[in-house]
Amino acid sequence: MSQAATASTPAPARTSRGAGNLGDIVFEWACRGAGVFVLLLLGAIIIELFIAGLPAFRAFGLGFIWSTDWDPVQEVFGAGVSIYGTIVTAVLSIVLAVPLAFGVAFYLTELAPVWLRRPVGTAVELLAAVPSIIYGMWGFFVIVPAFATYVQPTLIDTLGELPGVGFLFQGAPFGTGIFTASFILAIMILPFIAATMRDVFEQVPPVYKESAYGLGATTWEVMKGVVIPYTRVSVVGGIMLGLGRALGETMAVTFVIGNANRISGSLFGPGNTIASLVALEFGESETGSLKLASLLALGFILFVLSFVVLATSRYLLRSRLKA
Amino acid sequence: MSITLSAGAVPGPRKDPEVALSLGRRRKRIDFVIRTLCVLATVVGLIFLASILTTLFYRGFEAMNLRVFTHVMAPPGSEGGLLNAIVGSLIQATLGTAIGTPIGMLVGTYLAEYARGSRLGNVVRFVSDILLSAPSILIGLFVYQILVLPFGGFSGWAGVAALAIIVIPVVVRTTEDMLTLIPNTLREAVIGLGSPKWKMIVFVCWKSAMSGIITGILLAVARVAGETAPLLFTSLGNNAWSTDLTRPMSSLPLAIYAFAGSPFEDWIALAWAGALLITLSVLILNILARTVLRRRT
Amino acid sequence: MNRRTILLGAGAALTLPAFGARAQAVQITGAGATFPNPVYQKWAEAARAAVNIQVNYQSVGSGAGINQIRNRTVDFGATDAPLNAQQLAEGNLLQFPTVMGSLVAIVNIPGIENDQLKLTGPILADIYLGKITRWNDPRITAINAGLALPNLAIAPAYRADGSGTTFVWASYLADVSQEWKDRVGVGTSVRFPAGTGARGNEGVAGTVRQVRGAIGYVENAYAITNRLVTTQIQNKDGIFVKPEHETFMAAASAADWNVPGFAANIINTAGPKSWPIVAPTFILLPTNPTDAARSASVRRFFDWAFKEGDRLAQELEYIPLPQATKDAVRAAWNRQFGA
Repeated sequence: MSQAATASTPAPARTSRGAGNLGDIVFEWACRGAGVFVLLLLGAIIIELFIAGLPAFRAFGLGFIWSTDWDPVQEVFGAGVSIYGTIVTAVLSIVLAVPLAFGVAFYLTELAPVWLRRPVGTAVELLAAVPSIIYGMWGFFVIVPAFATYVQPTLIDTLGELPGVGFLFQGAPFGTGIFTASFILAIMILPFIAATMRDVFEQVPPVYKESAYGLGATTWEVMKGVVIPYTRVSVVGGIMLGLGRALGETMAVTFVIGNANRISGSLFGPGNTIASLVALEFGESETGSLKLASLLALGFILFVLSFVVLATSRYLLRSRLKA
Repeated sequence: MSITLSAGAVPGPRKDPEVALSLGRRRKRIDFVIRTLCVLATVVGLIFLASILTTLFYRGFEAMNLRVFTHVMAPPGSEGGLLNAIVGSLIQATLGTAIGTPIGMLVGTYLAEYARGSRLGNVVRFVSDILLSAPSILIGLFVYQILVLPFGGFSGWAGVAALAIIVIPVVVRTTEDMLTLIPNTLREAVIGLGSPKWKMIVFVCWKSAMSGIITGILLAVARVAGETAPLLFTSLGNNAWSTDLTRPMSSLPLAIYAFAGSPFEDWIALAWAGALLITLSVLILNILARTVLRRRT
Repeated sequence: MNRRTILLGAGAALTLPAFGARAQAVQITGAGATFPNPVYQKWAEAARAAVNIQVNYQSVGSGAGINQIRNRTVDFGATDAPLNAQQLAEGNLLQFPTVMGSLVAIVNIPGIENDQLKLTGPILADIYLGKITRWNDPRITAINAGLALPNLAIAPAYRADGSGTTFVWASYLADVSQEWKDRVGVGTSVRFPAGTGARGNEGVAGTVRQVRGAIGYVENAYAITNRLVTTQIQNKDGIFVKPEHETFMAAASAADWNVPGFAANIINTAGPKSWPIVAPTFILLPTNPTDAARSASVRRFFDWAFKEGDRLAQELEYIPLPQATKDAVRAAWNRQFGA
């Protein structure tokens, strides 16, 4: 049919194709240009943060990374405490969130009646949509009082007495601190990990599961023997994605971390993370000051941390993304 | 697969029927315990959501009244509202989405239509995914460095730029996903009709992927509407009425952040009202996005 | 103004009756200290009606306020920590005080009522240094004979965000404790050796409310509106005073303002009735303004605030400047800018 059209009216077809060629070139370059723009954007973010943080690296050397000093009065700055807090809260939040997320994903793929899957799945995803500042307020006005009055005194009186690990649960029950921050973070990343797990669980070919059921396996045995081995790599990728989120979360942590520039042995002790320190101290930093440079250097370090974690996550999830 | 099962979980033939029976019971019990734990995990997750929403509704509605929408922020003790923050949020989220969406759509189109399997395409896809999950506070710091410091101060435009950077990867992801779903036979049919490729993409591919792309845009709006960290160092916040994008501009998340830490009861009440507003809008946008997508599929 | 009326329609007409008729107000912008933010907002609201000046004040923190006035991106800067004479000369800035505020210590100890507990400066410093850790420490029980102080751990709470409140608190602790001065020092954010941080006044007060054994410091306005349990503190004359209007005024009147940049030190002033933790907050005004008319409007605004703003300040529990100080500030304006 197109041949007939070209044959009967060749001239208009040629002009339209000519315009099409120009249009094609413009459009393709617009698309490619936008792609390159995104590339340059990420590059610019890394370079800008590095340049802005350079005075801090110059002043304190590489020791900036592990020095635990943060003294705005003496103008001595180090990233050690906030890097420690960032990693500890993120890892702890993963420890808390992964079992929950696994339970939710298992329930949604294997256990829940079909009519319940969509509403429950949507509800869990909505948990991911709640803005982080709302988690911060909720944490501060609801979780912190509950922790200070009930959870922490109980844990301090019981687990705090244990030999060996007791030191993790000692100190004053402020309600805020490393543990509270990890707890809020865990709730925030739970839906991300659960959604990834659910998606990869659903990709297991039904025939594998059915043959296992046919052999008389229970639901849990199918999970353990078929689904988890089949999806292991992607599940770890999903967990890394959650870890990446937890590393850079700002608002929720800022409200509850207790912001102290010391490393506390106890999980209930205060600490800070890179993001919370930057958010809290930025307003009191003068342009051109060493403090501002140190905060931007912290931003650069956070970027490197997140980049490594997110890149790993993407590498592990690549098979799922291709599918 | 079946080897794992017969070796580990499923019992082989047993000589003693009683042992086999007790093993079977034990397996059933483990299964039951784990299933119960999974149901509990889901219930715990839902309880968190319920707790957040009840707290918000309880404290938000208590503080909610018409003044929140008709008055600008006021000193403690005077009758103030959140009008300037609401308008500021609307302006910045709208402009941020308006700037970020076309760029994101072009990148998504590039990935799906031009760069499948190409090296540059893979790098761009990777970078966009990193941006999607990168800490938003860093985007704020970046914009502070390139737009606030050199151009003499905090401004609504700087906030818009930060939000646009957050919008781009969200739109990229949904656009590419939706375009990939379109069967190649459709593309071939259109090209076969003699249409240039760009027309094929714009009038056929984009059109058939429209509901998916709209979903992406709605999700992007929902995401930036609640962002606080990138605005702290860019648009800064403003207590007075201002629609001037070259000056500091207010927004709901910044108002919540400032008021929630304040010493005054009426300000804290306003923070809750703002929190309710923002959460409701974000959740409604999310549900809307899902409905748009579902109606098509 | 017009756009706003259009946007709001009838709502604006109802809520802002004076707006349409009024000529365009002079707009000035300022940025800086968070400590006086409520009173500046209150003054701005009243001044718009009274002298037709619209003040847009952003409480971004003293550090950011100093930045912005140095870069001249605002018409005036505000800071809690005064600049010294050299810094003022370098920045071509004139500094003057506007109002004073006081800090109080708040505690949560079972059985202890408002203003019952007595504390001294050195004890407060040692609590925040982490050296006194129990409420039944002999140094505390020795001066609180009638009180049954429990064997309870002391949990100090402080401001996590950089703030003028912390600057004033650290100034006081440095004044009464050499060790604090040497080990910690004074600033809008310092390295606290003990305790936990919380964001904003609300954060500190919330922590103290929730945690048995906690102690914190907040602005007096906040303690009053939230009915927090405050303490008596020993002043320089060795007398234990309660945080109340009378003791604040006594401290304020003892201040010596005759110093460069009006950087009066009201921390721990002498006098039998003086509350020890009172501090002024400052405005920074360019001596070489880019826009002389706007600079004049800034002065007109604060001149109005000195005349008419005392009641509003007191409603928010701030302490107005003495009349002599206001006159001295006006004289400084006239010396710099002409009458």
